[in-house]
Amino acid sequence: MKSLMENQENAIEVKGLTKLYGKTVALDGISFDVPRGGLFGLIGPDGAGKSTLYRILTTLLRPDAGTAVVGGFDSVRDYRQIRASVGYMPERFSLYPDLTVNENLQFFASLFGVRVADNYDLIAPIFGQLARFPDRKAGALSGGMKQKLALGCALIHRPHILLLDEPTTGVDAVSRSEFWDMLATLKEKSITILVSTSYMDEAQRCDRIALIDRGKILDVNTPAKLSADLGENLYAASATDMYPLLLALRTMPGVKRCYTFGATLHVVAGAGFDARKTVDVLAASGLRDVRLFPVKGDIEDLFIKLAGDE
Amino acid sequence: MFRTMSIFTSLIKKETLHLLRDWRTLTVVLIMPVVLLLLFGFAISTEVNDIRVVAVVDRHTDVSRLIMERLRVNSYFTFKGEVPFNEVEGMLRRGETDAAVVLRTDGGEIRSQIITDASNTNMAQTSVAYIESVIGGGGDVPVITSTLYNPQLKSAYNFVPGIMGMIFILICAMMTSVSIVSEKETGTMDLLLVSPVRPRTIILGKLVPYFILSCIILSAMLLLSYTVLGLPFSASALNVVWITVLYITFALSLGMLVSTLVSTRVTALIVSGVLFMLPVVMLSGMIFPIENMPLPLQWLSCVIPARWYIAAVRTLMIQQLPASYVLQEVAILLCMTVGVLALAVRNFNSKGLFNNAEHP
Amino acid sequence: MNRETVISVRNLTKKFGGFTAVDNISFDVGKGEIFGFLGANGAGKTTAMRMLCGLSYPTSGTGTVAGFDITRKAEEIKRHIGYMSQKFSLYDQLTVRENLRLFSTVYGMSDAAIKSKTGEIFAQLGMENMADTLVRDIPVGWKQKLAFSAATMHDPDVVFLDEPTGGVDPVTRRKFWELIYRASSGGMTVFVTTHYLDEAEYCNRVLIMVDGCVRALDTPAALKERFGMQTMDEVFRIVAKDAGRAD
Repeated sequence: MKSLMENQENAIEVKGLTKLYGKTVALDGISFDVPRGGLFGLIGPDGAGKSTLYRILTTLLRPDAGTAVVGGFDSVRDYRQIRASVGYMPERFSLYPDLTVNENLQFFASLFGVRVADNYDLIAPIFGQLARFPDRKAGALSGGMKQKLALGCALIHRPHILLLDEPTTGVDAVSRSEFWDMLATLKEKSITILVSTSYMDEAQRCDRIALIDRGKILDVNTPAKLSADLGENLYAASATDMYPLLLALRTMPGVKRCYTFGATLHVVAGAGFDARKTVDVLAASGLRDVRLFPVKGDIEDLFIKLAGDE
Repeated sequence: MFRTMSIFTSLIKKETLHLLRDWRTLTVVLIMPVVLLLLFGFAISTEVNDIRVVAVVDRHTDVSRLIMERLRVNSYFTFKGEVPFNEVEGMLRRGETDAAVVLRTDGGEIRSQIITDASNTNMAQTSVAYIESVIGGGGDVPVITSTLYNPQLKSAYNFVPGIMGMIFILICAMMTSVSIVSEKETGTMDLLLVSPVRPRTIILGKLVPYFILSCIILSAMLLLSYTVLGLPFSASALNVVWITVLYITFALSLGMLVSTLVSTRVTALIVSGVLFMLPVVMLSGMIFPIENMPLPLQWLSCVIPARWYIAAVRTLMIQQLPASYVLQEVAILLCMTVGVLALAVRNFNSKGLFNNAEHP
Repeated sequence: MNRETVISVRNLTKKFGGFTAVDNISFDVGKGEIFGFLGANGAGKTTAMRMLCGLSYPTSGTGTVAGFDITRKAEEIKRHIGYMSQKFSLYDQLTVRENLRLFSTVYGMSDAAIKSKTGEIFAQLGMENMADTLVRDIPVGWKQKLAFSAATMHDPDVVFLDEPTGGVDPVTRRKFWELIYRASSGGMTVFVTTHYLDEAEYCNRVLIMVDGCVRALDTPAALKERFGMQTMDEVFRIVAKDAGRAD
């Protein structure tokens, strides 16, 4: 099993994967490769098809067309090998709330025929404070701790590949940031990680990302390359009253798109856009403190562009 | 092999922990059969005691005196004496008596009439039957009724098989299916399936603890029946055990079948409650005798496994007949078990690898 | 900001046994304000919000919402607020029209008012053609806008939004915020919790709760200046980092 892994350049290879639920197309012929040892992000909103993809990769679901190869094993033919070698953390908290932290850990270790003590080194850095409550029921843990326990249970058999489906959904910004720090630590132990998220800002923490929307892959690349390839003439705009500014900018000549972006608005400029003239017109219309300056876009801008092109 | 065993052990250990931690359910499951048994055994009784009775006699003869004497000494009656005929209706209406026996002498022959308050039908029927047996047909030939197998007419005995028929459906079919389905619902089933554990091991790990729980309850019920309720012990108790094991197997297969078909706890509860429990209570002969049902319901009762199980256990436990008398019931139960188990296994295998997976 | 006060809270405290979920918080929210209510998981946001909605009594302290006392006039409050959460908002098995009808009936609107308001919403959202579609069959983005419209059908003074945009794509999130802007410019007060800190930038003022207490309360610009940071995300991480309770 191990030798197979080492011969593979890619930990996961997905080709033309399609899955239908009745008439609804959940996955529409998607293809991408996850290099070994990488931290690969699958970025897209709810309903994009991320969870379906995970269920195929974890052999819980059979694709209607296409293939998925995980750790060198075909998801349909060699499903038993995949089950022994991947760690999976589903979208919902899926541990036994009436069992304690230790009992959960012991139970999942026993499923894979390993002992907790043998692999505890791998999860000890993740557990942190959680290690102090071995006898607390999993259901009584806070959100962040539940997530750590779930990650611990997914890692207890030392998988080569870790499949994490929206691990940070509903988690606050601080815990989210901590979670990504943990993933970075695991990556150093040459575990391949495929993680999905609906938070665009998390894309920056991945080596490579695939943007997914409505069952299709919009683009696959490094976050930096993707932002650089945005290829749009982007401006940030601000004024004292943002909402009137937004409405006004949309009526300006040469404005392709205008949308809120943090403390500013982003303006996608097309032919016929004149920044100086725009500011003048806006100021004349009664908006105070109007600013307009060029900016570099990020993944979120790219997503808005790609999703808007559909 | 060793590994499979240790995985199996930890699955069972986990299930046991679930059961022990959910002490409310566990208490209900353990206490309920006992309470039901004692309740039906002692408190709730379909026997009628202390029927208040008056007599209307136009001319005293030896026969009429004999009848009144019997009413007076019989512990089932409270004989309230003789009254004139025109007072009977008033007494019944005011609830001062439950029944009246009217004895008229017509050409040397006594003709009797029984008047009862039938606002409680069950009681009225029983009192009529009792009084009829006391009057003894009124002729020179007394009717000798002897009740066999249950000489004291204790209704508790009859309820023992019924309660067992119900409780094992509850534990095996309902609890097992709810427990499997709830793992589907919370997503832990996915984690189990994604591990190297074979699906059939997962299912066995679910079924075995409930099988053990059922065996514990069976022992408790038998123990109670033969001690507290004073059921006469005989070798047929052993036959009761193996026939119950067959019934438990059936109920577990049913639970497994349900869990392959539904995906939420609520549906599992409704299916096992309405589709399985209700018919057991209503149509199995546990409370309402099958012979008294309208024909279509009698036919319907034939497809209810509990009917055959209860009938068999009654034969073995109360009539204390040898196993050869329940061959028909056992054969039917066996066929049903094989059928349901086959269906459950087929369903499980067809979804096997990708069990419960057809949800996005 | 000389706004008429719509929410006013003084020394609000809620204890569960020995655990103080909300610890002596005070703040005011003005009419038409978009008020961001932030905090780590377990900071006490939900508990505070439940008290403001009249769903839970404070252990001590006072508060008024839309002019009604939160302890004595809880039922009045419920008539003057709207509530929408990511977890529950619409009935999947009812059509769009049936959902709107249900919510307006719950709020005791007259038949005529329901009719005109429903028409208005369909026109505003441009979803006339979906009126008789089951809610489970319409895309997430529409669902969200519809849920907001349903929660504000009775023109409440305040609308409480509990993580309204979780898991939604960036385009839909922005469209949703435009609805919020529009409601706010029409004078409705918007009280919103979110895990997306870029959305905190859109708020007029932001309150950050840590371990049940108010740790920061100001405009996003002032907060960023005070902590010397570029974004609200960084501000939040500094303020919420030393939370003892969360994890």
